Amino acid sequence: MGSFPKDEKKVGTGVVGAPECGDVMKLQIKVEGGRIVDAKFKTFGCGSAIASSSLATEWMKGKTLDEAEKIKNTEIVQELSLPPVKIHCSVLAEDAIKAAIADYRKKGE
Amino acid sequence: MKVPVYMDNHATTPVDPRVLDAMLPFFTEKFGNAASRNHSFGWEAEKAVDDARRQIAALIHADPKEIIFTSGATESDNLALKGLVEMYREKGDHIITSVTEHRAVLDTAKRLEKQGVKVTYLPVDKDGIVNPDDINKAITEKTILISVMMANNEIGTVNPIAEIGRLAKSRGVIFHCDATQGVGKIPVDVEAMGIDLMSFSGHKIYGPKGIGALYVRRKNPRVRLAPMIDGGGHERGMRSGTLPVPLIVGFGKACEICMQVMPEESKRMIDLRERLKEGILQKLDEVYLNGHPTKRLPNNLNLSFAYVEGESVLMGLKEIAVSSGSACTSATLEPSYVIRALGVGSDLAHSSIRFGLGRFNTEEEVDYVIKRVVETIQKLREMSPLYEMAKEGIDLKTVQWARD
Repeated sequence: MGSFPKDEKKVGTGVVGAPECGDVMKLQIKVEGGRIVDAKFKTFGCGSAIASSSLATEWMKGKTLDEAEKIKNTEIVQELSLPPVKIHCSVLAEDAIKAAIADYRKKGE
Repeated sequence: MKVPVYMDNHATTPVDPRVLDAMLPFFTEKFGNAASRNHSFGWEAEKAVDDARRQIAALIHADPKEIIFTSGATESDNLALKGLVEMYREKGDHIITSVTEHRAVLDTAKRLEKQGVKVTYLPVDKDGIVNPDDINKAITEKTILISVMMANNEIGTVNPIAEIGRLAKSRGVIFHCDATQGVGKIPVDVEAMGIDLMSFSGHKIYGPKGIGALYVRRKNPRVRLAPMIDGGGHERGMRSGTLPVPLIVGFGKACEICMQVMPEESKRMIDLRERLKEGILQKLDEVYLNGHPTKRLPNNLNLSFAYVEGESVLMGLKEIAVSSGSACTSATLEPSYVIRALGVGSDLAHSSIRFGLGRFNTEEEVDYVIKRVVETIQKLREMSPLYEMAKEGIDLKTVQWARD
């Protein structure tokens, strides 16, 4: 949990969701040598949304960008035993992972 | 102080020990059927029911004959709306209600709509109050019923019932009031308030679950209802079924106690509620009150905590029983329709928490709840990207959110 300075070149930030939907996730990665060395999240949402984003940051640490991009929402559902009504939380987490990676890549261009 | 602390007294209340004491003999040695007219077991049960009917009628200033026992307020609402429509259908096919009614009224109205009844759902103002002028304008020649709740179960707002009652009388329309949250908490007088039909229940007032009543006016006007349950013709033919004597005795006792303690108890509830509100507002910014500041139930506090989501608050407050208008606590994934009806943005609707104080709450519990709420909200705001953005000076309303 927490934040990195989002202007830093080695930081990628993804913000997904909307307040009126009851979920907003901000996921940040710090990349060194093509590998995610650290990840942080901030989440507005229910317990499952917070847990999904927290798990996403844990899983991303140590992975390359390509590896992290392959994390699937279904894996999050399985790991956290999310009930059907909470599946959208895992989808949001997957979106946040992709958004953070995309942001990092865009900075590098 | 015992944990968990129960502060969800709009959902239900514990049975008062005095109520339980009154009920117990009627499960065992006094088990008779109140409809058995030919032996002492029946007479004993019938007398107990009569006594309870008097206690209940006294609390709402009705005649005991006007009390129809049901299984609870949901059944009372169903009987009032469906029973009345069936009986008065030839006179008209239009009913008027409000958008913040309990689901027992709204879903019943929706079913009636499927049967061709026309329903007007009136909006409420930002505090949750129904405007009697809106009702007046909505009445047509075909209007047979106005159904407006006394006090809202989520935000505690109390409607101008006497004014609506006068209006209904002057326009010759029958007035049903769902008073489930009001009876026993605030003074109720069906005569002074011009109420023709009124739903309420036992378990919201420290009585047992499974028993409720529908007040049905007998004169000026005499209201007739088609029964929903046919059978032995109990309850003036409006609700058949053997009377649950122990529950009725408990309901009666609960009403008697409410009548005795109401002046003192409502003052104590207001003191506890204000202590809770002030305690939280002193330590946290961007907390908003839902519902009317003064025209509200003594025991209700409903707050929205900006930048945090209600279900995560409930999870953080594991050792405190409160409820939330958050989507995540409902099956529908929609935030509370009551809070939305106030014109509150859905972000704040997702953030609402209802505190329902009750007879058995103490100052110590209130102070504990203040402390735990403040800790939890602070922690969740630390975790909230919205709070961070707001502190950076970003206007959240101008943000282009990525939606699915």
